[in-house]
Amino acid sequence: MSQPLIELLDVKKSFGPVDVLKGTNLKIYPGRVTALVGDNGAGKSTLIKGLAGVQWYDSGSVKFQGEEVAMTTPRIASALGIEVVYQDLALCENLDIVQNMFLGREEISQMTIDESAMEFAAAKALESLSVKTVKSVRQKVSSLSGGQRQTVAIARSVLRDAKLVILDEPTAALGVAQTAQVLALVRRLADKGIAVIMISHNLQDVFQVADDIAVLYLGNMVAQLDVKDTNHNEIIGYITGIKSEGAIS
Amino acid sequence: MSGPDTITINTGQEGSAKEQIRSYISKLKSGEMGALPAVGALLLLLALFSSLSPFFFTTINIANLLTQAATLTMLAAALVFVLMLGEIDLSAGVTAGTGMAIFVKLNSVDGWPWLSSFILAFVFAIMIGTFLGFFVAKVGVPSFVMSLAVYIALPGVMLLILGSGGLLRLEVPEIQAIMNTNLPLWGGWVLLAVILATTFGMGYWDRARRLKANLPARPLSLLIAKVASIAVLGAGLVYFLNLQRSLVATNPIQGVPTVVPIVILILFIGTFVLDRTKFGRYMYAVGGNPEAARRAGIKVTNIRITAFVVCSFLAMISGVFNVSRIGNVESSAGRTIVLAGVAAAVVGGVSLFGGRGRLAHAAIGAMVIAMIDNGLGLLGMPAGVAFIITGLVLLIAATADALARKRSGGSVLRT
Repeated sequence: MSQPLIELLDVKKSFGPVDVLKGTNLKIYPGRVTALVGDNGAGKSTLIKGLAGVQWYDSGSVKFQGEEVAMTTPRIASALGIEVVYQDLALCENLDIVQNMFLGREEISQMTIDESAMEFAAAKALESLSVKTVKSVRQKVSSLSGGQRQTVAIARSVLRDAKLVILDEPTAALGVAQTAQVLALVRRLADKGIAVIMISHNLQDVFQVADDIAVLYLGNMVAQLDVKDTNHNEIIGYITGIKSEGAIS
Repeated sequence: MSGPDTITINTGQEGSAKEQIRSYISKLKSGEMGALPAVGALLLLLALFSSLSPFFFTTINIANLLTQAATLTMLAAALVFVLMLGEIDLSAGVTAGTGMAIFVKLNSVDGWPWLSSFILAFVFAIMIGTFLGFFVAKVGVPSFVMSLAVYIALPGVMLLILGSGGLLRLEVPEIQAIMNTNLPLWGGWVLLAVILATTFGMGYWDRARRLKANLPARPLSLLIAKVASIAVLGAGLVYFLNLQRSLVATNPIQGVPTVVPIVILILFIGTFVLDRTKFGRYMYAVGGNPEAARRAGIKVTNIRITAFVVCSFLAMISGVFNVSRIGNVESSAGRTIVLAGVAAAVVGGVSLFGGRGRLAHAAIGAMVIAMIDNGLGLLGMPAGVAFIITGLVLLIAATADALARKRSGGSVLRT
């Protein structure tokens, strides 16, 4: 397989006496959706926070496109093209879609905010993900459904030219139809050549959209498998600790 | 699929004027009513008082009403900046009062030139705003308590400044002129022409920018209709105010009150900043969802402090209006008006929950409250009735806001 976009090698992190990550390895490839699964407390969030630069690893190495990087601040992560879409989405309900997508990065021309340029770019980003569900890019976020909000949050990362998008349970609070929409969106995101990490507890979603499945069990990466080479039962076995022999592909 | 230079997703600006109006109406129905209920209330009160009192719709009373409302409008506009963040500044009125006490004392008693003592009052406003903002945003004291502390303390400062007399006369003709003079007759027409040219110019400019970016733009006819309706209303008002309204024939009083263009200019600048600059955008963002704003890289603490500074600064302008109208400063200046200012903002459609509000809304709300006061006074109602009715109007406005918010799907606590 080609060079991974990001590679974690023997990453460790502990909080006081509790070892949360005990030498974890992970490879993330561009254009592929890697589902990160594991039970509560397995270390998923800690792993993600390290990649986002919110909280650094105690030891181990992070390689970005083969180069060793120190992921110590969110700014560094962001500069590398790593965007995290948190579960609470962090959108301002009183602002519209365009304003939210450009929040903190408004384009300025003639001393004022260039609404036209922003509106155009936001619409382009949504179109590139074949989003058809929003009525208007000038809709207030308060009038959007949960799935549409997720769409806006994901499209925002596209707008920022993300190379890696990390999605934290993107379908957790959604109904059936909206889940399908968001999963399709995740697929298109990867098809654009972006690497995607998706944290999920829902194996049905995982098998529907993921290319790779990485399983964390008590701080160890017990398996990273191509979705074609595995099945529900095997993954459940890894998640619950029944299966534990290393099967890192 | 779209080409590289055009987009297919709707932007809310496509379609004919008719379709635009239809989509505007459906937006109103979904609960985003803005200042419309307040405008309705304003028209209703105007009709009601005009029919009940022969004195209400007279040139002298309308001119008087506009000057009366100016102070409240400025204070409500000042409060919009903190209300928008879900905060409150109870001390805005007494800050203005204290600033004016400093101004008049330095000028009248200590013999300072009026301009330097005037500027010092605004420096004082900036200091108080920074002080409030620091404790609210950095230390984390709730703004209600923080501004209450200042609200209690500042009248004391005023007492100390004003001494045992408790009252100082303003002796600056330049400041007195603000509330007590009128524009020359041609001045009103020039003002209207400037407003029309600015409205049309900005609308046309925005439209040209959209078309250049290959975005759909509202039909020009809508803009022309907007400018035309401002022209008709404005011309009527200017004509009306230019009529002779003096009761003594030898001392003619006519023209648009001087304070009107001042208020319009300040509201215009404030609205421009809120709508078209990063600072304005971040104000709304912090008011809507501070955590989202922080994650977007916005310096939330700085925005909060700045909001308090702007609030104190604009409140000081309302203090200037007040001292200009009354002609003196007393130690209780600004204590009661601040709550009327909050009421005006809420009646106008500014949300106490933060994230929503425009300066024009505050101005309309202030007009409603000033009109209730003025109209009931003319009808010979006791002052108590005016308070009760103002309270009821505020309750209705707040209830309408809460219900509309529920219907628009946003949570009551945050939008």
